[in-house]
Order: sequence, then structure tokens, then C-alpha cells
Amino acid sequence: MKTFAFEHADTVDGAVRSAAAGARYYAGGTNLLDLMKLGVETPGALVDIGRLDLGAITPTEDGGVLIGAGATNSAAANDPLIRGHYPMLSQAILSGATTQIRNMATVGGNLLQRTRCPYFMDPSFAHCNKRDPGSGCAALQGFNREHALFGASAACVAVHPSDMAVALAALDARVHVHGPDGVRAVPIEEFFALPGESPERDNTLRAAELITGIALPPSTLARNSWYLKVRDRHSYAFALVSVAAGLDVIDGVIVAAALALGGVAATPWRVAAAEESLIGAPVTDAAFRTAAELITAGAAPLAQNGFKVDLARNSVVRALRRAVE
Amino acid sequence: MTDLHLTVNGTPQRLSADIRSTLLDLLRERLGLTGTKKGCDHGLCGACTVTVDGERVLSCLTLAASIDGAAVETIEGAGAELDTVQCAFIRHDGFQCGYCTSGQITSARSVLREFARGDLSAASFDGCRGTVTDGPQQLSDEEIRERMAGNICRCGAYANIVSAIKDAAS
Repeated sequence: MKTFAFEHADTVDGAVRSAAAGARYYAGGTNLLDLMKLGVETPGALVDIGRLDLGAITPTEDGGVLIGAGATNSAAANDPLIRGHYPMLSQAILSGATTQIRNMATVGGNLLQRTRCPYFMDPSFAHCNKRDPGSGCAALQGFNREHALFGASAACVAVHPSDMAVALAALDARVHVHGPDGVRAVPIEEFFALPGESPERDNTLRAAELITGIALPPSTLARNSWYLKVRDRHSYAFALVSVAAGLDVIDGVIVAAALALGGVAATPWRVAAAEESLIGAPVTDAAFRTAAELITAGAAPLAQNGFKVDLARNSVVRALRRAVE
Repeated sequence: MTDLHLTVNGTPQRLSADIRSTLLDLLRERLGLTGTKKGCDHGLCGACTVTVDGERVLSCLTLAASIDGAAVETIEGAGAELDTVQCAFIRHDGFQCGYCTSGQITSARSVLREFARGDLSAASFDGCRGTVTDGPQQLSDEEIRERMAGNICRCGAYANIVSAIKDAAS
């Protein structure tokens, strides 16, 4: 591993100043340190944000919850507010990684983890535009059964690995960030970036911006929600397809619906028409199938991942069924 | 180089270490605590599991500098007397080659603590809705398997590991 300078930040402003001078933020380290060992990431300086006291999980005035970016994945998944009001989020977080990793990894870092595309993870492959802009994409013609169905480009077909982000998308979360020019809140649907011509950018954060928290608005979906993760083995694997599904049902009629797919794009994949089709519908498989067709419309499978289209449709129906059980 | 202060198995340690040192390498190479094993060194196998400030973590993905001041507990911290979990692993033959065992036992002890305080696993969602708010009432085989998913055993002693943990929990 290439050596680096290291400092503990004492304040958020101090951390942002260090990042503006070129340091990378370091929190749980579960992804960044691994990528440094692999030689994928070679930061010259790290600024540790683990002592900034950003871990609180608190109710907000609007009836929602603010999760501090420094909260561990375990702390967020086990928090009574999250379990009670956003069980889909607990379930999504607990579907990812292992307890040891969730005890280390922060929710801010979860959003910033990099793709697990094997060509990105191994610098001995010469062609990866995300790792080395302009070098090409080995996955386009290579092993791509785990890759994107939606929103990919000729430059990159990688998917975002986070389960948590898929639930956050269905819950309309907002990402609070603190940067050199002040603070702002980014709606989760504007946080992640599709690859386009610049797959080296995973998200829309501006230079040196630090995630300080994730705000969840009040939700009526807690009673009827489910996170379904489909993968090659039952635990400790990334999603081939995942579904975050939430419904609000009154007298057998769906009055609110949230649906997001994971493992199929560089962002959580949400389609307004799919959710709108459920509003006013009865709780039936026919309604769920229509939503499944709409959310997978426009799928553009690669040579090896065509099976994920049917997998996604069936998973949407199954997740919606489990949500109302 | 960086100066570190850690409390390891109750003993304060002051060390000067390369900034790149992981907790795993510090324990094994500098403190001679070789009970913590290096398996994959990439957070995939769980052989290096230790607790930091009471919670189980992967020492191979812990930058030592990032936990300066923390309390670390390794398998050696258990002392000469075998505890309930260790006795159960022996009774149920929960290992073959033994390379993963210190990680398995460290994780198993944590599983019992986490279950006792009502922590959830992904398996907890397959039960009734009350389980999600209150935590599971039983440490079922499914719960044990899911909670131990971060510890790989190449010998495949999983069935006996589950039995051992179930026994230790009762």
C-alpha cells in the first residue's frame, strides 16, 4: 500500500478544509482501506472523520428522522426509530455485508462505497473508465452477468452496490452535506450519478463536500413494506436484484406506493409510472405485475445479464406480496 | 510512523507504528498476539474478528491509527479458563483445522450479547412484525446462521458451530 498522511479531524469545518486541500475522508474504512490495499485507491492524505460526533439518530420537527452520517450501519439498523417507522431501511441495511462490517461502516460511507465490478476492483485489468478515465470498459464485452440493466453507457455498465441506498430512495431521503460553500440538502434521486461519459463520478457531491446526515421524511409505509434481496448465495453477497417496496393500504385500496430496484443500475432505480399505476389499485397480483412491467420497461440487458430482467419483475411482485402480508 | 495508545486485553500498550498498519498486523507482528488469524486480509472471511470498544469488527480492515485510544479484546483476552462458548465449541466439535476458530468464538460471544440486547438480523424479518420492534425471542438456527455469516469455515464445520452456539445460548 502506498503511504499517506493521516489526521483526525476535530471539527466539520476542519475536515472540509483538509478535504479541500486534497485529503480523502476516512470513516469506517471498510471499502476505502480495502481499495487502498488493492491499489485501486491511492490517496496521499486521509482525514479521519470518526471523531466528529456525527452519529446521533434523532427525530425531526416534521415527524421524520435524521440519521447522523457517522452512525454505524448497525446503529442505524437497530435504532428504535428506524425499526418502528422505517423497517424497510433496517431490513435493507441488515441484508448487506456482515455484522462485523456493519459495526464499522458508517451510513455516510455506505452511500459512498464504490462498485464491486471485478474490472474496477483489480488494477491488473487495463480497461476501466471508472478507475482510469479513458481506458475503456472491460465489462462491456467481458463477464457482465452482475451488471446494469438500466442507465448504463458505452463508458460503464457497473451497478451501485448499496442496499441501504435502495431503501433510502423508496423513502425519499435527503442527503445533508457540508462543503466549502456551506450546507445543502440533496434529494436522494439527485445524489447518485448515471455514468454517461464520466463514470469516474459516482455521485453529484461537489469537491470536498462531507455528508453529515441523512434525513427521512415521515412515512406511511411502515406497516406494509419489504426489502427483498436476490443473490447468488443467501448471505454476505451483493444483490443481483433487490427491491424496496412500500405501500399504504386503506380499505383494500393502495393509496401510496414506493418502489425501487437495486443491483440494476449505477443508482437506485425508480420509475414514477410504476408507482402511479399502484395508486387506487386493489391489492392484487395483477396490480403488482403491472407495476413490475412498468419499472422494468426500457431494460437494456448485456450479453450475460438478460436473466435479471425476469428476476427483477418477479422480485417486484414477490416484494409487494411480502409487503402486504 | 505514528504513535498509538491502545488497551489490548486490559493492558495499556504504547506503540510507534507505520501509518499503514492494520490492527491485525499490529496484534500479530508487534504484540505477538497470533491467536487472531489472517485469512483473506480483505474483510471476506472473518478469521481476524476482534472486539473494539466491545463490538466485533474486522481487524484486517481497521486502520490502527483510526482507533487510537480504543480498547481491543482478542481471543487471548479470555485467559486460561475456557468460557461457555469455548466449552460448547469443544463439546459440539465446532471446528476441524481450527484456523477460523478464534474468529468464530469471538463472533459467537458477540452474537450472544447482541441477541440479549435485542439487536436484529436479516433473519428477524421472517418472523412476526413484533420481532422487528422488540427483537427476536428465540435464537433460532436461522438467526445463528445469519448472525455468523461473516465467519467462513473452510472445513465446513457449520452444523456443529450452530449447535455449539445454540447450546451456549441456553
